[in-house]
Amino acid sequence: MFRKMVKGALVRQKSKFIMIAFTVALGISLATAMLNVMFDVGDKVNQELKAYGANMNIVPRGSSLLSDLYEVDENYDIQAGAEKFLKEEDLPKIKMIFWANNIVDFTPYLQIQVKIGQEKADLVGTWFEKNFKLPTGDEFSTGILPLKPWWDIDGQPGDDEILNKVMVGKELAEHFNLKPGDSFTVVTDRGERSLTVGSVFQSGGREDEQIYAPLQLVQNISGKEGLVQRVEVSALTTPENELARRAAQDPNSLSSLERDAWYCTAYISAIAYQIEEVIPEARVKAVWQVADSEGSILQKTQLLMLLLTFLILLCSALAISNLITASVMERSAEIGLMKAMGAGNISITLLILYEILIIAFSGGAIGYCAGIGFAQLIGHTVFASAVAVKGIVIPLIIILIMIITFLGSLPAIRILLSLRPSEVLHG
Amino acid sequence: MDILELNNISKIYGSVKALQNVNLTVTQGEWVAIMGPSGSGKTTMMNIIGCMDRPSSGEIYLNSKNITRLSLADLTTIRRDTIGLVFQQFHLISYLTALENVMMAQYYHSIIDEAEAIQALARVGLSDRAQHLPRQLSGGEQQRVCIARALINYPQLILADEPTGNLDEVNEAVVLDLFKQLHDEGSTIIVVTHDPEVAEYAQKTIVLEHGRISKIM
Repeated sequence: MFRKMVKGALVRQKSKFIMIAFTVALGISLATAMLNVMFDVGDKVNQELKAYGANMNIVPRGSSLLSDLYEVDENYDIQAGAEKFLKEEDLPKIKMIFWANNIVDFTPYLQIQVKIGQEKADLVGTWFEKNFKLPTGDEFSTGILPLKPWWDIDGQPGDDEILNKVMVGKELAEHFNLKPGDSFTVVTDRGERSLTVGSVFQSGGREDEQIYAPLQLVQNISGKEGLVQRVEVSALTTPENELARRAAQDPNSLSSLERDAWYCTAYISAIAYQIEEVIPEARVKAVWQVADSEGSILQKTQLLMLLLTFLILLCSALAISNLITASVMERSAEIGLMKAMGAGNISITLLILYEILIIAFSGGAIGYCAGIGFAQLIGHTVFASAVAVKGIVIPLIIILIMIITFLGSLPAIRILLSLRPSEVLHG
Repeated sequence: MDILELNNISKIYGSVKALQNVNLTVTQGEWVAIMGPSGSGKTTMMNIIGCMDRPSSGEIYLNSKNITRLSLADLTTIRRDTIGLVFQQFHLISYLTALENVMMAQYYHSIIDEAEAIQALARVGLSDRAQHLPRQLSGGEQQRVCIARALINYPQLILADEPTGNLDEVNEAVVLDLFKQLHDEGSTIIVVTHDPEVAEYAQKTIVLEHGRISKIM
């Protein structure tokens, strides 16, 4: 009987129920899109922010302490004779930490001073685009070119295999009147070396005053085979919170549960800690300006999405409320009759809620599918890539449907509770 | 044995005195008609007798139980178990068949029993119309479905509000004949009507004027 009554009501008031389903579908589609984008926006924004460079620096432990204490450039004390280096052979270990998949790019540096004619210049050895095989069997490509995609390069980018071909910063190239294809000689304590300008680049930073060469060349010239001074790392990270800040100060201060939560979250401090675990001679320092900006932008974007979702659902609940109230008013004689027949308020409320929930979930299912489409539209329009469909959104959407249905039904329920059969049954 | 007793019942809506000091006793198996012009308090009285409203003052006894101060939920239970309601406008659920409309009263009373519901429809001469929707039935047939629905839970009291008000003469006769049969079988019937011909069937007629009983015939 209950089923027949529900079915009958749904068929009889189908135009009104279609409107309710449409309203739910609209609200839920936007909520689905917002939630999927919100959960995926971390990776998306992080990917976007990777264009602003590395967010971690790996330096040898001793040199790091010196530069921290005296607030000097990390390269300075190394060149001044601190003689602290990292081993190039250790670098693939960076891709073997727990958060290996979050390591987007990294590149090592070995910087020496050379003379061009009588003038001094910085020659920096690095990986341009190095391919190597991880112990897991996966191949990985990294280097300064993918790490700094905003460099404006005129000519051929550097090649790790062609040792004497270098990339020259624009200011230095102008100073020495160098163009792609030109050759010049650099002089060090260990002798002379003829180099060819593969390209001139503009970075907008101090790199414009430097020469970038294959790491192996600089190691040969300086006699520091297999050594690097520092490594820049670009990693996808989760915005820091109180737990991460405490962990960054002293991981041993955390309880075992807190430590597990911190270690298994892609906080920059957790990633740094894990790199230090695999390369004990290294100290990893976060570039907090970048990390904080990422976190701040991410949090604000997510907050905006959450607010939009809330407002959309509020609007849906209000619209649903009007439609359900109109439906109940239209059925007041029927509800009065049920009460006259002995139906209690609870059984009538359950009947109405059941009807509305069927409609709401039907609309919600349509809205969810449409929302996935909207999310992809947003992903391709804003981030030029697809938005991952997150499973967690489904239970959230179910809960949201129930909440907006319940909230939207409240005024109607209030009306039906106060409805007296004597007021509607006598003509 | 008295099934219903109203003692000095008054109902006041703001400044309007819908009923004033009404006294009435209805015995088991009695047929009572309540008459009066529009605004005389007939509907108010029916609502109070039918446990759909409470009096402002006075006391009401149903089966010797004082139900004056009961909550609306308790009154709903008493109405469901004791009273069968027949309405002038039938109030059938439009998307349920005649049979389902009768079964709905069973559903809210106890458990549904299709055979019993068909029997109730047969009793009002509508067994062949059981699967018809209300819109497929004539006014008289709809009223008979309404009566079958009122009877399905074996009420002690049948309360009918202008049961023939929307019917032509032929159907009026059919419905009144049904009431007569029910009365002959021992049912207690209270009919609210403005039609003297309907009232003639009753054993006792109460005439209301301005919320007071002006005459008992």
